[in-house]
Amino acid sequence: MPRTVIKVDGLSKQYRYGVIGHGTLYKDIESWWARLRGKEDPNVRITEHVGPGLDGEWFWALRDVSFEVQQGEVLGIIGRNGAGKSTLLKILSRVTTPTKGVAKIKGRIASLLEIGTGFHPELTGQENIYLNGAILGMTKAEIRSKFDEIVDFSGLEKFIDTPIKRYSSGMYVRLAFAVAAYLEPEILFVDEVLAVGDVEFQKKCLGKMEDVAKEGRTILFVSHNMAAIRSLCRRTILLDKGELLMDSATNEAVAYYLGQNLVEGAVASKADIEQRMEGKINRRNPSVRFRRIALLDQNGVPKNSFDSDKDIIVSITFECLRAVRNLHVMVSVVDENNFPILFTQNVDDSTITTNFYQLDRGVYDASCILPGNTFGGRRFFLTVCLVNLKTEHVTVKKILEFEVKFQGYNNSYGESGDVFFRPRLKWMMRPVDGERLSIHQR
Amino acid sequence: MARSLMLDAIDRSEEGGQWDLIIRAGKGWFDLHLRDLWRYRDLISLFVKRDFATFYKQTAFGPLWYIIHPLFTTVVFTVIFGKVARISTDGVPPFLFYLAGNVSWSYFANCLNETSNTFVKNAAIFGKAYFPRLTVPISVIIINLAKFGIQLILFLGFYVYFIAAGSSVRPTFLILLLPVLILQMAVLSLGTGILISSFTTKYRDMIYVMTFIVQLWMYASSVVIPASLIPERYRPIYMLNPMASVIELFRCAFLGQGVVNAVYVGISWAVTLVALFGGIILFSRVEKSFMDTV
Repeated sequence: MPRTVIKVDGLSKQYRYGVIGHGTLYKDIESWWARLRGKEDPNVRITEHVGPGLDGEWFWALRDVSFEVQQGEVLGIIGRNGAGKSTLLKILSRVTTPTKGVAKIKGRIASLLEIGTGFHPELTGQENIYLNGAILGMTKAEIRSKFDEIVDFSGLEKFIDTPIKRYSSGMYVRLAFAVAAYLEPEILFVDEVLAVGDVEFQKKCLGKMEDVAKEGRTILFVSHNMAAIRSLCRRTILLDKGELLMDSATNEAVAYYLGQNLVEGAVASKADIEQRMEGKINRRNPSVRFRRIALLDQNGVPKNSFDSDKDIIVSITFECLRAVRNLHVMVSVVDENNFPILFTQNVDDSTITTNFYQLDRGVYDASCILPGNTFGGRRFFLTVCLVNLKTEHVTVKKILEFEVKFQGYNNSYGESGDVFFRPRLKWMMRPVDGERLSIHQR
Repeated sequence: MARSLMLDAIDRSEEGGQWDLIIRAGKGWFDLHLRDLWRYRDLISLFVKRDFATFYKQTAFGPLWYIIHPLFTTVVFTVIFGKVARISTDGVPPFLFYLAGNVSWSYFANCLNETSNTFVKNAAIFGKAYFPRLTVPISVIIINLAKFGIQLILFLGFYVYFIAAGSSVRPTFLILLLPVLILQMAVLSLGTGILISSFTTKYRDMIYVMTFIVQLWMYASSVVIPASLIPERYRPIYMLNPMASVIELFRCAFLGQGVVNAVYVGISWAVTLVALFGGIILFSRVEKSFMDTV
């Protein structure tokens, strides 16, 4: 039976906006003296007199958060900026204390709220490895035993006796991560530290994290990088405004978070897409990737709102990083609950010949037309998928949102047309011989 | 009742056994986690190494500064207090008298000034990693021992020179207590320093007040005016200042002159220990929450 190693119960943290105390002894004494004489405190801010309570100055960075983590579990923590992710890790790392609640932890903890904490520019790489390692909780003996591996991982053998003030920022990050990578705690807290360094190094770090996870250590991982969360964590909690909004399988939590987090506007950039892509993805050796997804009107202008009688063009730019043998571009239209309404793919069209799914290395444009007079008047979401058969499936769910404004047909004045489809269909009306009279009589 | 208490105790012991760390809101007064401090002893030595190495690398004259400072102050004191104001030095050559006072005082003052900055100066590291915060002031106390050692050698140099030149100063058996004196200065400066550093998290004014206090404290600590000049009646009050006793003892050990009395030494140690425990308790209270205020 798996053992619970972290148990968080009703954890809350309250912060105060603005100045805490008056910052100077004189003003505190002045306030104290005024209160003592029963006079009005000269240093109270006006808002405190007007507001209904003093609570206005306080806010909950974390509110009544409870969860448990089993040994060996890798738990993702996601949420927007200010959702309380970092506050949670800071409390668990003992950098600050909770206002309410309890957290219980079993096992040796190491916490990476940043990398390279305590690095001193005047010290050499070697001296900094020891110092940083000790700050992160290693003993000298432990660092000594791993020293060669750390240096090896950083790739800085030649510069290890150079003061790090002469390092480039890339070298600095590599050294810092190398130390962190060889921490061997039972429980590891990681806060967004993979967001540094070049792509190559980020991959190396992610790989190292995966190894650590495989060794059965427990990891709590905060990140904005959904791809990293997906590849590392099976379970993820979603925080919102300090509260625990969701505690579920990673895919669900991420999908929910991204659904909350649509790309604004009608164009999703490469960066937008990379943050949201999921499916069967090979990070080390990518074959196909999206460059841009856009919703356009007939004139090629990006738009989120379309009249129901006008065509909607889904424009997809993608890149083949090597020659691809069997490529499919797929588009789905889904509703707000992710329920699929429409599906289409490029190979449906008989005019797309083999030439168009056996592609050379390069950048391509694919677009499909969702014809006017098809959709009803409501909101829709676009999910797009790029499939390199048997190799990669790159999916971006609910990346863009669009609205259709029902324009009405001949005699449908005032109708909102709030249905998925409101197409102009062919109707036939004809009299049935011999029955005309009976219809009239009814 | 007894049964429920027993169950309670069992409950607690189970809880304690199952979890290695329990984080809760309460700010315990005596939650000092000194065991953690022992576990992080390597960090203390690495902080010491860091400060030592960076000092050498950053200054052109390096340890020479440690010699220049007390020497310069002593010359000024000798001229102003010795030659101009003619304050008694208990028959000891004024230069040696002031040098002895300055050397021992400067260890205390350096430690105090640096430790009282602990939270403000290390806010960046403290905000990003947990380790027992006491490691920082303790490493400061240790690194300053090196400076003190250099200054002590300076003092001994002049000391030997004065004896060779026919001065009547002689060491007493109290010289054996030198390690204890150093320990007391270390403990006192640590205690006072962390006490003040706890206040600086809330009141930045304290940083400026500090330099001022240290100045005044020096004049009340027998560095300039020997305790023998303080009227007998007021002496017990004067000796409440632990540094007065320390410096008198230091002088008595090397120069054979000074007010030394077991009661005063006892008072001085008592005040020192009160400062240490008060400091540690306040410090460990502040270290938990100071990140929210700095």
